[in-house]
Amino acid sequence: MEQKIMARGFEAIGWGALAADCQLFAGCPTGPDDEAFAWLAREFPENGRHFVRASSEVSAINIAYGGASAGGRAMVVVASAGWGLIQETMSHLVNAFLPVVVVLIQRGGPGAGSLRHAQMDYLAVTRDAGQGCYRVISLAPASVQETYEATQLAFHLADKWCNPVIIATDAIVAGMTEPLALKTIKFDPLPEKDWAVKGRGHQPDGIRRFLSSAQGFIPTRDFPTYLSFLKGLNEKVLKMREEEIRYESYELEDAKIVLVAYGYSARVCQEALLMARAEGIKAGLVKLVTLWPFPVDVLKKKARQGAKFLTVEDGLGGLREDVMLAVEGQAEVETVDALDRNEPGAGGAIYPGKVLEKMKKWEVPKVGSA
Amino acid sequence: MEQAVTRKKSAGTPRLRFPIKSPIAFCRGCLHPLVGRIIAENIEELGIEGDTVLVGGVGCHAVIVGHLNLDVLLPGAAHGRAPDVATGIKRILGKRKTLITIQGDGDAMAIGTEPLIQAAARGERITVIMINNQVYGTTGGQLAPTTIIGHPTTTSIGGRKSEEGYPVRTAELLAKLNGVVYSARGALNNVRNLQRTKKYVKAAIAKQMDDLGFSFVEILGNCPVNWRMTPINSVKYIEEKLIPEFPLGEFKNLK
Repeated sequence: MEQKIMARGFEAIGWGALAADCQLFAGCPTGPDDEAFAWLAREFPENGRHFVRASSEVSAINIAYGGASAGGRAMVVVASAGWGLIQETMSHLVNAFLPVVVVLIQRGGPGAGSLRHAQMDYLAVTRDAGQGCYRVISLAPASVQETYEATQLAFHLADKWCNPVIIATDAIVAGMTEPLALKTIKFDPLPEKDWAVKGRGHQPDGIRRFLSSAQGFIPTRDFPTYLSFLKGLNEKVLKMREEEIRYESYELEDAKIVLVAYGYSARVCQEALLMARAEGIKAGLVKLVTLWPFPVDVLKKKARQGAKFLTVEDGLGGLREDVMLAVEGQAEVETVDALDRNEPGAGGAIYPGKVLEKMKKWEVPKVGSA
Repeated sequence: MEQAVTRKKSAGTPRLRFPIKSPIAFCRGCLHPLVGRIIAENIEELGIEGDTVLVGGVGCHAVIVGHLNLDVLLPGAAHGRAPDVATGIKRILGKRKTLITIQGDGDAMAIGTEPLIQAAARGERITVIMINNQVYGTTGGQLAPTTIIGHPTTTSIGGRKSEEGYPVRTAELLAKLNGVVYSARGALNNVRNLQRTKKYVKAAIAKQMDDLGFSFVEILGNCPVNWRMTPINSVKYIEEKLIPEFPLGEFKNLK
């Protein structure tokens, strides 16, 4: 039976991990991920899962690497301050075709920046932040319920593609308390992890397993040469880009101004959209569910219809770059960003009024007018 | 011709049940393959071929991992991270599996200091075998954290000076941590030391199998190419220069 509770976003990550049968969590506390850490430290051992107190984010992601190598579902949670630290191993995970779920709770940057919420890591989660060419699916939940569901989906996608998956949330979504319906999602069955190491004697075929994060350099069964490895990796990236685009659209049909947002900014935009429509502004919203792959086609279509775009992101223009790439110079792209916060301190945020204000600056036809 | 036949007859090394892949990809005179042999013999004698997972570091030593017919990670992710990776595998696979990492001194004691010391402090049930050959062999013989004073490398021409710091004695360092149940140092310069080293490795693996804690063996090896020495002279160098600086024996052996 479906159980309903009140939970914080931090806890929803943990509930989602339990529902997805995640067996290993490794982490190192950094504000603002520390609350997730405390919940997992309490609940994971109680539910027969492994909780490893790593000495740094570097260690954490490598412990997760080990867990994934053995066929277990493994997860790390990092704050923006630890994001850079895990990138070397993210790249190794991609090379070794290993599934690990990485939750990023964004805070202000650069450097130590602030301990509070922000959305400044957009480019870092949608490009290859580590060495080499690769892409990683990035999910961006905007509520506690979505965080819970995105966590389950992330584990499924990681195993499906044998690739790490990022959940890029922010300190507002992670810190908010909302109703949460606990329901395990049933996904399509996935193939057995017959590549995992478990001791040669426990392999059904008795043949040793050889996992390498130097594929291309060290010949493996699947990729005997460097070029065959690059081809294999590229095919996977192209397939993910084709199959895993996810977004929600609101009032897009007749929209002349399209808001594009994710995470807490998407919630702000939902409110701004209601306000705009009440004033007769033909606005619509594309709420990103995956940051990568990016819903290029829907934006391109609206650009061709003459719509203008307003990206709303609590950063300094990362998302705007992707929207500009998608519309290929055929539409105006404006932004509401961290400079439009309501106050100068780190606690400031983007409010719906600011989004409405920007929309009004554009001359747009009113509902009912010609 | 006659000599060759005699040598073949007197070869006393028993054949292993699980084959080591050949040809062996090491430089002439390198002692690294003996580490592979020691580990292979111990695994066979303990009867754990089917339950062992090896994690290789990054460096020449990792080639050993490739040669052994066991479930392996090669390399075990990024440079120096083998103890972290082994930790994750062990947690998932459980007590009945044996996790061994094979690392070099540049891997374990330089970039990998954090995972090595922290895994030891946590008392992870894994065994780390570290080969100390004084230099970064794979990258061309640069100064390592274990390089003794006076030893010349490509980044300390004319020999390491004390202004550039001092070598780390890893086995003694780890023995001080409560999470460590076994720490020893062996060498490969003669048959007697080889046999002692084999016993140390067996003891270390046995501690893990008994679920007692973290175990560690440092093995003094060589690198004739980067030391600019003949293989024979490199073995003499271990005896004359390295062993006085890095004493052999068990530094911790908790029952």
